[in-house]
Amino acid sequence: MPAQAQDQGSVEVLHWWTSGGEAAAVNVLKENLEQQGIAWNDMPVAGGAGEAAMTALRARVTSGNPPTAAQLLGMSLKAWAEEGYLGDLTEVAEPEGWDAVVPEPIQEFGKYDGHWVAAPVNIHRPNWLWSNAKIFEENGLTPPKTWEEFNQVAQTLQDKGIQPLAHGGQNWQDATIFDDVVLGIGGPEFYQKAIIEADPEALGSDTMVQVFDQMRKIRGFVDPNFSGRDWNLATAMVLKGDAAMQLMGDWAKGEIIAAGMKPGTDILCTTAPGTEGAFLFNTDFFAMFDVGEERKPAQLAMASAAMSPEFQETFNLAKGSIPARTDVPGDQFDPCGQKSMADIKAAQEAGTLMGSMAHGHAQPPAVQGAMFDVVTNHFNSDQSSADAAQALVDAVAAAQ
Amino acid sequence: MAYSEKPAGKRTLGSFLPEAVLAPSVLMVLVGVYGFMLFSVILSFTGSKMFPRFVFTGFDQYERLFSNPRWTVAVQNIFIFASLYIICATLLGLLLAILIDRRIRAEAVFRTIFLYPMALSFIVTGVIWQWLLNPGLGLERMVQSWGWESFSFKWLVDPDMAIYTVVIAGVWQVTGFVMAMFLAGLRGINQEILSAARMDGAPTLKIYSRIIIPALRPVFLTAFVIEAHLAIKSYDLVVALTKGGPGYATELPSTFMYTTTFTRNEMGLGAASAVVMLVALAVIIIPYLYSELRNERRG
Amino acid sequence: MSAVAEPTLRRSGSGVDVARFALYTALIVAAALFLMPLVSMVFTSLKSMDEIRSGNLLAPPATVTLDAWNAAWGSACISVDCSGLKGYFFNSIQLVVPAVLISVGLGALNGYVLTKWRFPGADFLFGAMMFGCFIPFQIVLIPMAFTLGKIGLAGSTAGLVLVHVVYGVCFTTMFFRNFYVAVPDELVKAARMDGAGFWQIFFRVLLPVSWPIVVVSVIWQFTGIWNDFLFGASFAAGESQPITVALNNLVNTSTGVKLYNVDMASAMITAAPTILVYLLLGRFFLRGLMAGAVKG
Repeated sequence: MPAQAQDQGSVEVLHWWTSGGEAAAVNVLKENLEQQGIAWNDMPVAGGAGEAAMTALRARVTSGNPPTAAQLLGMSLKAWAEEGYLGDLTEVAEPEGWDAVVPEPIQEFGKYDGHWVAAPVNIHRPNWLWSNAKIFEENGLTPPKTWEEFNQVAQTLQDKGIQPLAHGGQNWQDATIFDDVVLGIGGPEFYQKAIIEADPEALGSDTMVQVFDQMRKIRGFVDPNFSGRDWNLATAMVLKGDAAMQLMGDWAKGEIIAAGMKPGTDILCTTAPGTEGAFLFNTDFFAMFDVGEERKPAQLAMASAAMSPEFQETFNLAKGSIPARTDVPGDQFDPCGQKSMADIKAAQEAGTLMGSMAHGHAQPPAVQGAMFDVVTNHFNSDQSSADAAQALVDAVAAAQ
Repeated sequence: MAYSEKPAGKRTLGSFLPEAVLAPSVLMVLVGVYGFMLFSVILSFTGSKMFPRFVFTGFDQYERLFSNPRWTVAVQNIFIFASLYIICATLLGLLLAILIDRRIRAEAVFRTIFLYPMALSFIVTGVIWQWLLNPGLGLERMVQSWGWESFSFKWLVDPDMAIYTVVIAGVWQVTGFVMAMFLAGLRGINQEILSAARMDGAPTLKIYSRIIIPALRPVFLTAFVIEAHLAIKSYDLVVALTKGGPGYATELPSTFMYTTTFTRNEMGLGAASAVVMLVALAVIIIPYLYSELRNERRG
Repeated sequence: MSAVAEPTLRRSGSGVDVARFALYTALIVAAALFLMPLVSMVFTSLKSMDEIRSGNLLAPPATVTLDAWNAAWGSACISVDCSGLKGYFFNSIQLVVPAVLISVGLGALNGYVLTKWRFPGADFLFGAMMFGCFIPFQIVLIPMAFTLGKIGLAGSTAGLVLVHVVYGVCFTTMFFRNFYVAVPDELVKAARMDGAGFWQIFFRVLLPVSWPIVVVSVIWQFTGIWNDFLFGASFAAGESQPITVALNNLVNTSTGVKLYNVDMASAMITAAPTILVYLLLGRFFLRGLMAGAVKG
């Protein structure tokens, strides 16, 4: 343990970024704070996309001993704010002008009751399609732009004995595809109605039946051993040329780079079929807990450091996402990141920047979980599309 | 200090010592087990989401629980899982104990090999089990590479069969312990009776079926209770192997309870599922405890 | 219990030799199956990543390398800290030793009181404690967190020790009580005649004959606490996390290449103490079971 420089307090941070690029990115923040004389007490709890971390956080808060900050996703951040456990960051957010640089839909999660409660550190885009350039070139294909094209391309590949789609059968991965299909087939308005507003009519509509039809087709393009596979192993299939495409968020870039390949060149990045012009997002926040006066200065320093353009740039270069503040220059980013930065501006203006359900930015955990159950159950069974749409209506109603 | 030989009659302060020694443990169990159970029961009648909130909603959570398809799957699975787990572990454990009891060489080595899985948690062995059962990586590929090209073992990724892979790993873990209990039971059987039976020329099989196995009846009961409670509490086994998948085909009540409470912020619903689990446990265990303690008093 | 009875089941004759052969075959096959996961873990931990990618799970390593073990122990990165598992290993030791000593000690005393200083309702109390063995731990997390906060032990090793003692004492009490029930009351009576008090009887009469059940309790508690993840992840603060939580953090990578050899070496390091305990105390474990935990 390095000695604490000049003791300016400490921060304790609960997160589940334990490995590879993410840990390296967290380290940037840690070093920044240590230079200011603030000690970093790490509290990593990995596993199940933050499941174990959320339990640990609940235990910590229940015992009256919250950490300084915790990594949270949109809707759970909202829930914590509503429970009244989060602090007030106005002291740094106002002078630093966070309002002006963070996109509106993301502010909706980061602010509660008119004041900032969390520092957004990145914007991930889950609606990407990653394609192995070599396979597409050799077969004279281009990445599909609509779901219809997707089906044709996938069929062509399958006929040639190439696995069209790499996928891992975990509920959030199934839901990631589901988000793409809802947005791609129904369009942004339908996504807004069905997924964000959970409108029963939209959930049980014919469009939703079509969505499930498409999910069934996608199921046919996945290899038989997909169950339980981690997303990064699915990405590896695309990298090795064992499969042609993957529908996954831009964190896949970490794997691509680690394999010595170039995103945008060796592995093409296009928006998921039919979703061009819209932008689904998924943002990690450092939620700041109400920790009392003594620990507050260090907390504010951490919030400020996490929002600094320098940190946002370094962090997101490591993480594959784009900065949560839109005033960070994009010249350091790869073509996919640059496209993401351009697309988010366009989507913001068009009003099609929307939260991803699969990644906890559309529905509270109970409803999200209910949607997961229906989607994953349909994907792993012979359920008919009409039954699935009805099940979706029922499950969402039961969870509300 | 002297203690009165007859606890009856007037007691000095010191003669409360036994109760005083017991008190901390009783207090811990009272709070940590019964207090918290009561807390769960109360929560199950509230609409609690992320944190306990005492807004009472009657039996709503139980109605929601029993109309939840994921819970239905979890309940079906626990019956499949628990019955197979108990049957396989008991039979295999008994068989191994009998084999080991036949005065073999290197008994200690075999015993240790069968017993070691009990020492490991699935946090440790989960990864390797996933590998071994994964069609692309593990046993299937291995057997195929030995030349049996058509060999297929895809249970882990088959929604109808995945629960059986959980049984395999669970049995692997607990069998050694069951074996040890049976072995202890076998070694405790009165050797004179056995010798007498052998003198009379009774065949080995008959000795086992008529004398030895009936004598092991209490061990069967203990083994059953231990296995049943391990089965109902099984959690990391599923998390390590299948994470409840494919779909939610391998969900168990314990994983349902955990996800519902902690991931989905439905504490009331989670508490209702916990209460159902507790009742199921009580139905199995209380009669056992009762009969155990009664037999003891008579005997 | 000495097993010196005549080996009556072994007789001469070729038929019986076939039976012996079958017996050993069955045992060896079963042992091989039981060992398979462990063997492939050890093999994988000794391979390089290149060999893992190309090879078979159960193939022995072509070139043995201890790099993965060194990394797992001293240099693998767990979040921002790249010093491997060693720190967490000692955290676990610091947790396990007091938790085992206290829970076994209390269990012994409880068993002693419940059998040799019977009072009305002792059996009921024992039954109630035994039922505590069966509570699913997930349901106690939130109330326990609240309680720990109230008594000022939240996020401390002491708090975690307390949690393990609370849920361990049910088991240890059960073991000791079932053991002491079989110890003749006459011994205790005789000691009392000689003027021995509560503590003297315990230390001079009961404890000296208790070692088989002490071994069972220690093994049970040691493995249970060492392997615990749920309580450790929920109740330990960052720098005092036990090794299972660290292992989980190390193995559960969300991004980046999985280093299977380091994962497996880490898993082996985590498992080493419990395996060692079973290796060293395994034979006594069986004797302990015979002596009381199982009533055969």
